[in-house]
Amino acid sequence: MTARLLQGSDAVAQSAIAAGCRFFTGYPMLPFTDLLESMARRMPGVDGVCMNAETEIEAINMTLGAGAAGARAATGSCGQGIALMQEAIAEAALNEVPFVVFNMARGQQDYFQATRGGGWGDYRTLCLAPKDVIEAVEHTQLLFHLADKYRSPVMMYGDYLIAHTYVSVDVVKRDYGPLPAKDWALDGTAGGSGHARQIWTWAMGTATNPGLGPDLHWQHIADKFEEMARVEQRWESNSCEDADTVIVSFGTSGPFVDQVVEDLRADGLRVGAFRPITLWPFPEAALAEATAAASRVLVFEVNAGQMIDDVRLSVGGRVPVAPVGRVSIDFSGMRQGEILTVPWIRDRVRKAIGEVRVS
Amino acid sequence: MTVDSVTLATDTAPTRPAKKVAAALAPLQLSGEHHLCPGCGHPVAWRLLLEVISELDLAQRVIGVVGHGCYTNIVQLADIDFLQCLHGRAPAVATGVKRVQPQAAVFTLQGDGDVASEGLAEVLHAAARGERITTIMLNNGVFGDTGGQMTAASVVGQRTKTSLDGRTPDAHGYPVPVAELIASMPGVAYVARGAVNNAGSVAKTKRYLKRAFELSTEGAGYTFVEVLTMCPTGWFLPTADGPDYISDTFETTYPLGVLKQAAE
Repeated sequence: MTARLLQGSDAVAQSAIAAGCRFFTGYPMLPFTDLLESMARRMPGVDGVCMNAETEIEAINMTLGAGAAGARAATGSCGQGIALMQEAIAEAALNEVPFVVFNMARGQQDYFQATRGGGWGDYRTLCLAPKDVIEAVEHTQLLFHLADKYRSPVMMYGDYLIAHTYVSVDVVKRDYGPLPAKDWALDGTAGGSGHARQIWTWAMGTATNPGLGPDLHWQHIADKFEEMARVEQRWESNSCEDADTVIVSFGTSGPFVDQVVEDLRADGLRVGAFRPITLWPFPEAALAEATAAASRVLVFEVNAGQMIDDVRLSVGGRVPVAPVGRVSIDFSGMRQGEILTVPWIRDRVRKAIGEVRVS
Repeated sequence: MTVDSVTLATDTAPTRPAKKVAAALAPLQLSGEHHLCPGCGHPVAWRLLLEVISELDLAQRVIGVVGHGCYTNIVQLADIDFLQCLHGRAPAVATGVKRVQPQAAVFTLQGDGDVASEGLAEVLHAAARGERITTIMLNNGVFGDTGGQMTAASVVGQRTKTSLDGRTPDAHGYPVPVAELIASMPGVAYVARGAVNNAGSVAKTKRYLKRAFELSTEGAGYTFVEVLTMCPTGWFLPTADGPDYISDTFETTYPLGVLKQAAE
């Protein structure tokens, strides 16, 4: 294939289909809507299914059903829609059904619900936050792989910059290596064999094939998330080696902060940037290392302060951590406005460093 | 009637001991051990379901999607593929299953709390879409699993732990006629309401279930069978009074029979 100018949502849709996604459903909500529309256009061409669900609750449960039946399945939403989905995301984590949730968020106020979840039980949601459309295309296929690898629902933290930006992108199928067979998936064929399949959060099994039961099953789930936390951390570090000030940001804020770093470095300030790519598992050790030489850590996020909790946990009190972001929202939920401009961020960082010099 | 004057079924030993009506397991049934109360109607409905699956030769292509209630126990007792899902969401989950496994015979097994209370949106939308699945709603008009509270399907006058003097329209509104609502939708191929409180009703209910599975697996549309089941524990009645409570009280609100059948 060759690069083509695509809207971010359409590029993500093509990437999902390249990854083998054949079931998609959602309930319209901007800026997720474009992905749903793109899937509705593209799925029939690959004999896939795209459904306009009646609620986000139905969408996530349909996705759970499709995932349980062995398909690569996905849904998405943002904000309050993701909140409605949390019950079933937790359920899928506990009954081990893989699928992908595309959270095309309105800004960055979904960090808590993306990383902490809102459902019941000892579960986590692996969450990748791409910085741009190119990375989102790559993450889309990685997410389907990780979902199947761990038999767990996973999430992309996108936003309207990813959903709506047009970029030249080459959507190619990526190979992340072999995966175990989905011999657990329900297709109905095992009935009467004495070993019918069962997907059940409580894992009780049957009278003739007892399951682990809830205690052991949920401990198995907890162990799995511990393993994910250990091996799946991803991050990007920019000029942190000698940095006196490290600015932490996530998702599409990353490139803006990178530009701020470049500008301030040109002015002779030892500034670096750190971007967690996995919001969960948060790259705690890498951030601790990146801030080893720093005297301050600044957190830029377009909300009232959510990721800053994870930054503080990672830094462990060694270095002062201060917010340099802010809430920026309008009735459409789309605005990041003045806050996501390089000069605005640069000034906030300068003030925080104590060298106020408005450019 | 005041609460103090009620004699609970569990206050005294049953006057008639529970007895096994048959030693033989239903086809596809792995065990006869279950946790249900004496007088419960669910096991009869389970048996009919498994007999129908077996007789229609669906055992190797059936997937059951089961809600939350006493009946959930079937997941442990029957040798067919099962997905146990969140309360009320089974029709949405089954939709996802069926859309990616169109050759499978997909059914949901739910209670009246699951369908009429928690999951009314899911069942109505699945019916409206004409999903090629079958929903079986075991209606005993009460949340049995949590100990006898009012559901959206509890009948007027029914005493529950949350309608102590009986359900009244003023305080609690009217029961939701789920089967009638579903029968009104064009995407629906078949709707019937049966019961398991006497031999005649059991035989009819089996025919309803069979027809529902035939039509949904043929692709005729969504099919729905409501089965009135006894819950003497949740009705606070002597065990042996369950069947009569269905015919005397439930059937006046929920008349039995075929509510809708698609043209041949």
